[in-house]
This record gives sequence, structure tokens and C-alpha cells, in this order.
Amino acid sequence: MIPALVVFAYLAVVLYIGIFAFRQAGGRKKAEDYFLASRSLGPFVFLFSLFGTNMTAFAILGSSGHAFSNGIVTYGLMASSSGLVIPLTIFLVGTRVWALGKKFGFMTPVQMFRDRWECSHIGTVIFAIQAILLVPYVIIGIMGGGTTLNAVSGGRVPYWFGGAVVALVVMGYVFFGGMRGTAWVNTFQTVLFLLFGAIAIIVIGSAMGGFSSAVDTIQSSPALAPLLTRERISPLYFFSYTFIPLSAIAFPHILIFCLTARKMSQFRKTVIFYPICIMAIWLPCVFLGVMANRVSDVPQIRAKQEARRTLATQGKTLSPEARDELREQSTGDDVILRLLDRFAPLWLAGLLGAGIMAAVMASDSQILALSTMFTEDVFAFYGGKDRFGEAVQVLTGRVFVIILTLLAYVVALQAPETIFELAIQYAFSGFASLSPLLIGALFWRGSTKWGALSVALWTAFAVVAVAVFQAVVPAPAPGPPTVIWSLGSAEVLSRTPGGTAVFGFMPVVPMVLVSALLMLVVSLITRKPQAATLERYFST
Amino acid sequence: MARILLVVVVVALYILHQDIWFWNTAHPLVFGFIPIGLFYHACFSVAASVVMWLLVKYAWPSHLEREVERFDPEQEETAN
Repeated sequence: MIPALVVFAYLAVVLYIGIFAFRQAGGRKKAEDYFLASRSLGPFVFLFSLFGTNMTAFAILGSSGHAFSNGIVTYGLMASSSGLVIPLTIFLVGTRVWALGKKFGFMTPVQMFRDRWECSHIGTVIFAIQAILLVPYVIIGIMGGGTTLNAVSGGRVPYWFGGAVVALVVMGYVFFGGMRGTAWVNTFQTVLFLLFGAIAIIVIGSAMGGFSSAVDTIQSSPALAPLLTRERISPLYFFSYTFIPLSAIAFPHILIFCLTARKMSQFRKTVIFYPICIMAIWLPCVFLGVMANRVSDVPQIRAKQEARRTLATQGKTLSPEARDELREQSTGDDVILRLLDRFAPLWLAGLLGAGIMAAVMASDSQILALSTMFTEDVFAFYGGKDRFGEAVQVLTGRVFVIILTLLAYVVALQAPETIFELAIQYAFSGFASLSPLLIGALFWRGSTKWGALSVALWTAFAVVAVAVFQAVVPAPAPGPPTVIWSLGSAEVLSRTPGGTAVFGFMPVVPMVLVSALLMLVVSLITRKPQAATLERYFST
Repeated sequence: MARILLVVVVVALYILHQDIWFWNTAHPLVFGFIPIGLFYHACFSVAASVVMWLLVKYAWPSHLEREVERFDPEQEETAN
């Protein structure tokens, strides 16, 4: 219970930071102050907060869980590709969005799209799709909170209570502190995790008797040895994953965060150090996730391995429901916490649990972004700000934070999917598919609102189609995929054990390519914005 | 010329991400415990950081900063 108490103390500190930020704001009721911290963040807070915003439950629990089941491939799939693509998009897109925000006062991506493409309701469609895709991300944070508190307390704090505590704390500091509070908390959390992540790997490594012997044990087992290679993953699947980090810059909370920098020079350090920060967090998580397979004296980990073994050996003879149940039992979202529980001293397990909780709670930025988008893109755009004033707009944003968090909590209690699957299949692929909106708006004079609408509608259709397909066609047992549609020898559409494949690629690849094509073709045949508008965006 | 070179470097790095040469082997184990495939991608992360440094140094979009200064000469506000 001591680790859980340390985590609760940590949550109290985080809540206090939010309230302190509220006091620092000195009762200012300006929307730009609450939602963007008056565009005044300095370089240190900007780097760590932007990075912390991207490091969620998915990064910590999802990555170690994925590595537990799939091995070292997890790092190449998600971390190293993100280390290249995300800073590159921040460099190319983030700096431009920042400059436009400073020039024209934008607070959300949709405000920019409306102005750039001279549209109104099309902007509302984009808002709706962004908001729907962002909600799962918020749910992930709450699920991660429930999982973490449950694990660090040795099961004494139930999942529903842990999730509720996290939801309340996040809601509290976002409600009071707005962007300033969120940025400060994210900075604090990121520093904490970077600090304790390194300690975790040293402590667990030495307690396990050294990693060399752990690797030897894994290598000597025919069932586990492939986890040290990538032989179970196809190169096409691996390549597909490089499209996923395109989602980062298209996430509204990241774009909105780009607007908070005081100067553009603050992007420099962020762009350079982003790959190193990713490595510092993901490498220990992935490595520990793989090493967890060597642990045989933790009943929860043994149960996962047994479920995985049953799925591999008897999966084909089981019903889809039984397979799903085994898949659920074999997921390793909590393995890193089980390792802490088993190998770290109590006080350290508490601090590390707090560090993990720090990353898990990155859903604060998404909640604030949704609140900003609702109040700016809907409330203010449709006359609410003019009619009721800016103070009511900020109050609306705060009420929205409460409603959204409560809804996300209720869904988190019901959602059966693992953290990892939920994030990848819906939010990440969807936002990657929306990335041509930004490229079109910022780099191509010829892009039009109709091109933008076609991208948004295609993304919505594709996400729903993948979700329906996976709900209707049950996942096969581990092994070859179930081919649903083939042309000659080409497997056009398949149901894989982990999701869907289109010509062997993950759905995100055709989603992004079709989006880009639609932006191109539809824009070419539709009317461009006025020359005066284009001049404002492409004057140099 | 520098910008074309940087584009080539970024594309090359993207291609190098697809390291099929270490696909089916864990050996050699670097430092006795890190599978080579994992070590390669850790090095890839460092290389990405170096490439980002090159981009920031040689291709920084300083025209955007100048544009903003023209619009908003009083940029120097209190930082957090």
C-alpha cells in the first residue's frame, strides 16, 4: 500500500500545481490566457511539456505491454520512427502554425482552416471528426490511471476507483489551471519520468540477476527467442507503422500547443532533443517489457504467458469469443507495474509508480484541447462569445472539461479493448489520415475547402469501416491472416490477429494515401480561395 | 544546394529505418544483453537527433520569424 500512498501524494502535488497556475493567472478571464497561457511559454517548459503531451499511457503501459507480447520490434515500430517523423513535422508544420497563430490570432486548427479556405460549416465538420477521434485518447489516460493505481497498490485500489481518482485530479488542474497549469504539470511529469525511468531499469535489472542472464534465458526458450528478433512481424507491417507518427502533428492538442510558444526559437531545442527524449522513455519500457517474459515467479505474468501459449497452440479450435478472452488475458499493459511490484523496494516502487502515473495522465492536454476547440470553433464561432462575453466563454470551457472527463470515465469502465489497440486503431490512424489537411493548407496554394472536406469525410468513413470490419469479422488465431478479398495472388483485404491488413499494409497506409490523393484531385477541380486570402498565407 | 542535401539525408534516414538486414537475428548482443536489432534502432534515434540539428542549423525558416515581427513588433512578453 506504500507505493499507492506515494502515488496519491504525487497526485496531490499535481493538483496543487494546477491551482497555483490558477492563482498566477490572477483571475484573468481572457480566453487566450486560459486556453493558450497567453502564448508565453518559455523554452524549457515548451520542450518538456510538448513532449509530455505526447507521452501517454500508450507510450508507457502500451509500449511495455506490446513489447511483452511482440518483443523488441516495438521500439522500431513506434519509437524510432516517431523520433524521425514527429520532430520533422514539428519543424515543418509546427513552426508555420505558430507563425500564423501569432499573425492572425488563431487558437485552434479549425480557425486556421476556416480562414485559409474561406469556409464555415466545413470547419465544423472537421471539428466534429477531430473531436470524435480525440476522445479515445482521453479514455486511454483514465484506463491507464485505473490500471496503474490498481497495480501499485497490489490490487487494493480497484480499477474503477483508480480511474475515478485520475479523472478527478486531471479535471481539477485543467479546470483551474488551463493551459498554464497543464503545461507546468506536464513539465513536472516529464522530468519525473525521465529521472525515474533510468533508475527503474537499473534496479529491476540488478534484482533480476542482470540482464545478460535474463536474455540468455529468453534465448534458450524456442517460444520466447523470437521476441529478441523481428521474425514474427512482416516488413510491410513494419513499414506501415512509419505512417502512424504523422498523426502527432494532426492531433489538435499538439497543434494548439505549438501556439503557446513565446518565440519561434523555442522550437529549436524541441526539434533537436525530441528523438532523444523518446529514446530515454521508450527504450527502458520496451526492454523491460521483453524481459518480463523471463519472470516466472509473478502469478499475473505467468497467467498472461499461459493465456498466450493456449492461444498459440489451441487458438484455431476455440470460438472467437474464447480467443478474444485469451487475448485480453495475455495483454501485458500492466507488466512494467508487476515488475516494479516484484523487484523494486517499496519506496522506489511508489516513486516509479508516480512516474508512470505522470505519463499516464497526459490526457490533460487532450481534454483542454477539446475544451478549446468547443469554445472557439463552436461556441464563439456561432455567436456565443459576442452574445455572452469572453468570461462566459472561459466558463463554458471549464464546464466542458467536467462533462467530457465524466463521460470519458464512464466509457473507460465499459471499454474492453486494450490500451494499445484502442489508441492505434482509431485515434492514431484517423489523425494520420487527416495530416494532408495541414500539408494542403500550409504548403499548397491550390488546396480548397472541398479538398479538405473530402479528406475529413474519407477519414471518418475509413475509421468507421475498419471498426465495423473488425467487429464483424472475428480475429483469427495467431498465425496466417484470414483473407477476405483477394485478386489473383494479391491479398487485398485480410483480418489479422491484431487488426486489418490491406495488401499486407496496416489500414493507415491506404488511409493517408487516399486522403492525399483526394486533397489533390478534389482541389484541382474546385474553386480556389480569393487571391487576397492566398496572399496573406503565401506572401513570401 | 544545402537544402537538397538535407532532403536527401532525411529520405536516406527514412529508408534506413527499414533495416531488413537485422530482421531474423538477435546477434551480436551489444554489451552482452542488447539484441542488435534494438541497438540499431537506439542508434537510429541518435542519428535522427543529429539530422534534426542539421535541419535547425541549415534550414531554419527564419523568414517566418521576420514576418511575425513585422506583424507584432512587441513580442517580448513575460515568459513562464
